[in-house]
Formats: sequence, structure tokens, C-alpha cells
Amino acid sequence: MSGPLAVLTLENYFASVLKSCADSETVAMVAFVLAALTHAALLLGLFGGLPVFYIWLERKVAGRIQDRLGPTRVGGKFGWLQTIADGIKLIQKEDLVPKDADSLVFRMAPYLAGVASFVAFMVLPVADGWVGVAAECGAFLILALMSLEVLGIILAGYSSGSKWALFGAMREAAQMVSYEIPMAICALIPLLIAGSLNLQVVGRMQSGGFWNWFIFHDPFAFFAFFCYFTVATASVKRAPFDLAEAESELVAGFHTEYSGFRWSIFFLAEYASMFAVSGIAVLLFLGGWETGSGIETVIFGGGEGSGLRSWWKDVPIRGFGLGSYIANLFAVHVFVIKASLLVTLQIWVRWTLPRLRIDQVMTTCLKYLVPISCFLFLGAVLWPLILASTNGRPVVFGNALKSVVSSGSGSAPTVARTNSEVTR
Amino acid sequence: MTEQLLFWVFAILTCGGALAVVVTQNVVRMAFWLVVSLGSVAALFFLLHADFLGAAQLLIYVGGTVVLLVFGVMLTASGHTIKVQTTPAETLLGCGVGLLLLCVLVFGINSVEWSDVASRIPKAGDSAAVTDHAEDVRLESAVTSAKSDESRDKAKNAQEAVLARRQSGRTLRQLGLSFFGLRPDRNLNQEAGKPLAPGYLLPFEIISIHLLVVLVGAAYLARAKRRVTPGLEADL
Amino acid sequence: MDGVGLEAYLIVGAVLFVCGIVCMATKRNAIGVLMGVELVLNGANVNFVAFSRFTPLGLDGQATALFVVVLAAAEAAVALAIALNYYNNHLTIDVDRGNELHG
Repeated sequence: MSGPLAVLTLENYFASVLKSCADSETVAMVAFVLAALTHAALLLGLFGGLPVFYIWLERKVAGRIQDRLGPTRVGGKFGWLQTIADGIKLIQKEDLVPKDADSLVFRMAPYLAGVASFVAFMVLPVADGWVGVAAECGAFLILALMSLEVLGIILAGYSSGSKWALFGAMREAAQMVSYEIPMAICALIPLLIAGSLNLQVVGRMQSGGFWNWFIFHDPFAFFAFFCYFTVATASVKRAPFDLAEAESELVAGFHTEYSGFRWSIFFLAEYASMFAVSGIAVLLFLGGWETGSGIETVIFGGGEGSGLRSWWKDVPIRGFGLGSYIANLFAVHVFVIKASLLVTLQIWVRWTLPRLRIDQVMTTCLKYLVPISCFLFLGAVLWPLILASTNGRPVVFGNALKSVVSSGSGSAPTVARTNSEVTR
Repeated sequence: MTEQLLFWVFAILTCGGALAVVVTQNVVRMAFWLVVSLGSVAALFFLLHADFLGAAQLLIYVGGTVVLLVFGVMLTASGHTIKVQTTPAETLLGCGVGLLLLCVLVFGINSVEWSDVASRIPKAGDSAAVTDHAEDVRLESAVTSAKSDESRDKAKNAQEAVLARRQSGRTLRQLGLSFFGLRPDRNLNQEAGKPLAPGYLLPFEIISIHLLVVLVGAAYLARAKRRVTPGLEADL
Repeated sequence: MDGVGLEAYLIVGAVLFVCGIVCMATKRNAIGVLMGVELVLNGANVNFVAFSRFTPLGLDGQATALFVVVLAAAEAAVALAIALNYYNNHLTIDVDRGNELHG
């Protein structure tokens, strides 16, 4: 029950605290707003905090790859506070709007990109039951939300009134419209294995050893991960696909005319979406919030109500257990570290590979990645059928089917069951 | 109460965005307001417990169609075409006719008694069909009645059911099954022997063929024939 | 929770519909006309989904709305291709200038 109702626990808590203050309807509303604000603040912390770290990491990795030291001065030996210093500098800069720009769209576009990147965090589960919105179609929703960021970038480039920005926006539009197709198809492959669009169910099905991860489910899923990661890198316009910026050709591409705070929002959004696509990759292919070594089972016990997870239940909030809180806190760290490793890989690739030309980018997508992802999808569909007819069971190793049965009763079915119970 | 607040916020954004699309003359700003309006419509879908549809609206409309439109604007707008003005007389006439149409529609909506519309619609072959909204109302009343009974467990169960229901748009599987010709919402609880409610298998197939035809057709129509827009083609 | 009824959603749908109609009628930019079409289709969609929640029609409304969304995307793609062709031939996007077949 703790899964989908984790959000509601907080709401119930606020409602019980406020109960004596006012009539029930006001209390319900205030409790809802307070719970929503708390969750928004938590997510905003993740959204704001991770990019700060990644920007530092990017500079440090870039420095090391180019045989430099990277930032060393601000905040100790490793320049920990470099990003903060950058942020302070950027906020102090003048907020310029060029004369030729369409000022309303020019001003709003960074926020559109930033919001689109932020709302993707809303449906990204960081641990079992820890998710802003436990939507049944979470995977679909997160892909939809991430596709909105493009719009902010296109509008920014177009409204700048500069030909460099316009070229950047045109390239971005062409690139995004094409790369969304293989991205969705590759993301479909693990969803097909899970039989659910609910990202929590997908994550839960990969619990246990790393052989349960969907990347090792079948050879097609294995290659689909690399295909997805390539496309995801392109979809957050990272090098070697950063044609929208292309410093050596287009000055700075779509954000040529931006400066100060609005410019920094674009960067916040870019690094946040790097985390978001890596988080999706981790959830879909790499076992979600579990280490894959089975250490969680040793420490916290197996299921929901056993071991450390059942420790100190219902105190001080009903439905909130301190034991499962600690287990989830551990899971959040595992998830963030896994996703950060993928982000590091993206940074590494950026500073290693040269940029593609725009026609090469389009060729890579339309002539190679789309057919490859279609082939992988077809293979992933046929794989269990072929195995079942030759081998007798639809998986080679692991217990994917068993875990469907045991963990499938997690979120949506639980809700359905409570509903039908109440109906009777 | 919260739902009401959210409804008003998004309804005002939807209508305001749509009005701004009509009033604005600049095509790019129109696209921006269209995004505001269509995004708020997606939010209204979430409020109406249609999660999948809301996500589809975001992905297809806001992320797909509008990007395509802006792309079209960028390919066609060059200086003199970015602002194609309508004369004030035309605008006035259009707005007048539009206002009349709106009055007719609002009058029509208000002249129908909607509160008992559910009971007046003939049930399509099964008795168990209950509206989403009616289910909500029933659960809510279960909560309040249980509270008055002071039976705490019952109240808690009902409360949790309401909260869980509020979280889920639960239409994904049903929609998916209905596209395969099954109707779980109608056929699960009906007596044997009655005809099964039809699903959407045929329309689904037709629409997928239609999409393929459109894909080929659009590619054929948009291919560069005589002249290409100078400058842009070289860089794309 | 039942503060917002069917009428409110129907009125939102009506406003969207009327805005779309006016947009289609008054804009001379072909892409502006397309945006009007999108608004009209969305107005219809709001009605479909509202009816699917507040009446026993249930899933039918949502399925129809989904078909509308898909068809609208297809329509936009074709219409945009036509608009681009029109621009290539006439060097303008003003729909009032496409009067070559005018007798």
C-alpha cells in the first residue's frame, strides 16, 4: 500500500495535524496544497541540485580529458563551489533583449524549456513508491513531457531575431522530430517485457540480482539499451549531436542572444534533462533503484512487510514506517548514483568524439537508428514466442514471469482491489 | 475544492490562450499561445480522469503538431509574410459572428438540465455501467456517512479508496483493450447471452493505415520539386 | 469534489470551438488557419472527454477523443505539406492570394 499512497500519507498527516483548526473541507484543501508544495520543493531540490553538481563534473572531466586541472580555486582544492560562483555571476548580469527579438516569446521561451524539463521529474520514480505522480501511464507521460522542452528551444531560437539562433532552432526542430521516433520505439522494448507503462512496476520487476535487469532479458533488449542511450544523448542535444548549439559554426546556436539568468535556465534544463533521460534508462534497462547485487534483501529483508522495512511502523504518521523510509533513502542514492554514472558517460562522450554534420545527424537517425530500433522491437516481440516454442519457457535466465506475479500487485492492482472491496 | 480551483486555473488558461491565438497577428506568438491553450487542455484531461489521453495530447499535439507548425512557420516566414494583417472590418465581422455563435452555444448548453443527464442516456446493453463521476460521488458519500457512524476502520478504508481513486486515471488498460475489440468496462459484469459491446478494432486498423497513407502522402507533397528556399535547404 | 459539473467543461469546449472558427475565418496566413483547425478539434475533444466522465458513455468518449488527436496530427502533417508547396509556388503564405483558378 505504501507505493501509490506515499504522497497521500503526507496529505493525511497534514490533515490530521490541522484537524482542530477549521472545517473539514478547508482542512482537506490546505492539507493537499501543503503536501503538493512539500513534494514540489523536494523535486525542485533534485532539479536544482543535480545540475549544479553535473556542471562542476563536466568542467572537471573536460579538464582531465584535455590534460588540464579544471576548476581548482573556488571552494577548496577541487573547485566544489565553481558552479555556485558561476550562478551568482549569471544572476548579476544584465537581462538583455535584442531589438529585433520578439520580446514576449523571447522572454518566455527559457521558462518553457525549464518547466518542461522540471515536470519530467514529477513522474520519475526515484525509489519504490517515491514518485511525485504515480501515473499508470508514467513512461508515456515522461516521454511526452520531455518532448516539450524542444518547443521552448525552437521558440527561443526563432524569437531571437538572429540568423544564428534561427539556424540553431531549425536544426533542433529537424533533429528532435526525427529522434523522437527511435527513442519511443527503444523505450517500448522494456515496457513490452514489463507489460506495463507504470515506471514503478517496471522498476519493481527488475528487483533482485542484476540478471533480472531488462538489459539482460534478451539480446534485443541488450542492444536496445545502447540504441536508446545514443538517441537519448541526441535528444538532450549533447555532443556529438549538439547541432543546435554548434559553437564552431553558429556562435552559440539557439541561445546566441541570451545572457544572464535566462541563459542559465537553458543550462539548468539541459543538465536536468540529461539526468532525466539517464534516469529513464536506469529504470527501463538497468534495474531502477536496486544495486543488482541483492544486498537490499540482506539488509532490509525481502518484501514490504518483513525485515528492517517493517521496523517502527506507523510512527508518527499512519502508513509511514521509519524502516522502509531508510530503505527508500538508500534506494534513492542507488538510483541517483546509477543515473549519474550514465550522465558521466555522456560527458565523457562529449569530450571524446567530434561533432557530426547536420546531414550526418539526420542520416544516422532516419537511415540507421529508425530501422535498427524497428528491427530490435520486432525481435523483442518475437523472442519470447520463439523461446517458448523451442525452450519451453519464454526467458533464458532470471525469473521475469514470476516477478510479474509477485510484484504486479504493487500499485495499480492494489488500488483496483481496494476499489472493488469498497464497492462491495 | 482543490479540483475546482485547478479547473478554473486551467479553464482560464485554455480560453485565454485560444482568445490570444485569435487576437494575435504575429504567427510565432500565435504558436506560443496555442501551446498555452493546448497544454491547458491536456491538464483538463487529467482533471477529467483521462490520464492517457492527457499524455497523448501533450506528446502528439504540443510536442508534435505544434513543433511541426512552428517548423512550417520558420520555413515560410520571411519578412513580409510574418505579419499578414487582416483588415479591421474583417476582424470585427469575424469577432461579431463568433460572439453570436458563442452566445448560441452557451444558450444551448444552459437550456439543458445536465444534472440528471446520466439517467436519461439509454444504457448500452449492460446494467453495471456507472459514470466515473457518479462513482466519485458515491465514494465521497461513503466517507461522510462512515464518519458519522464513527466506525473508524470503514472511514479510513473509504478515505483511502477516494484518495487512491483521485490519483489514478485508470483508463490505460481499458483503452488498450478496447482497441483490440474488447470492452472490459461494459462486458465484465454483464449476464451471459447478451450481445457483447463492440470494441474499436476496425477503427484502430483503419486509422493505422490512414497514418501510413498520410506519411507517404506528406512526404510526396513536401518533397523539393522546382525551387527550394534559398539558404535554408543548404543548411538542413 | 463535485464542484465542477459538465456544463463548465462544455462551455470551455464551446469557447475553444468558437475561437477556432473565428481564427479559421479571419486569419490570412495558411498556418494560422491550421491553428484554428487545431482549436476546433480540441474544443470537440474537451466535450468528448467531459461526456465520458459525467455520463455512462464511459470509454467511448475517450476512445473517440484519441482518434481525433491522431487524425488531427495526420491532418496537420498533410496540410503543412500543402502549405509548404503553396509557398514554394507562390512565394507567399497568404491564402487570399491563391486565386489563380478564379474565373
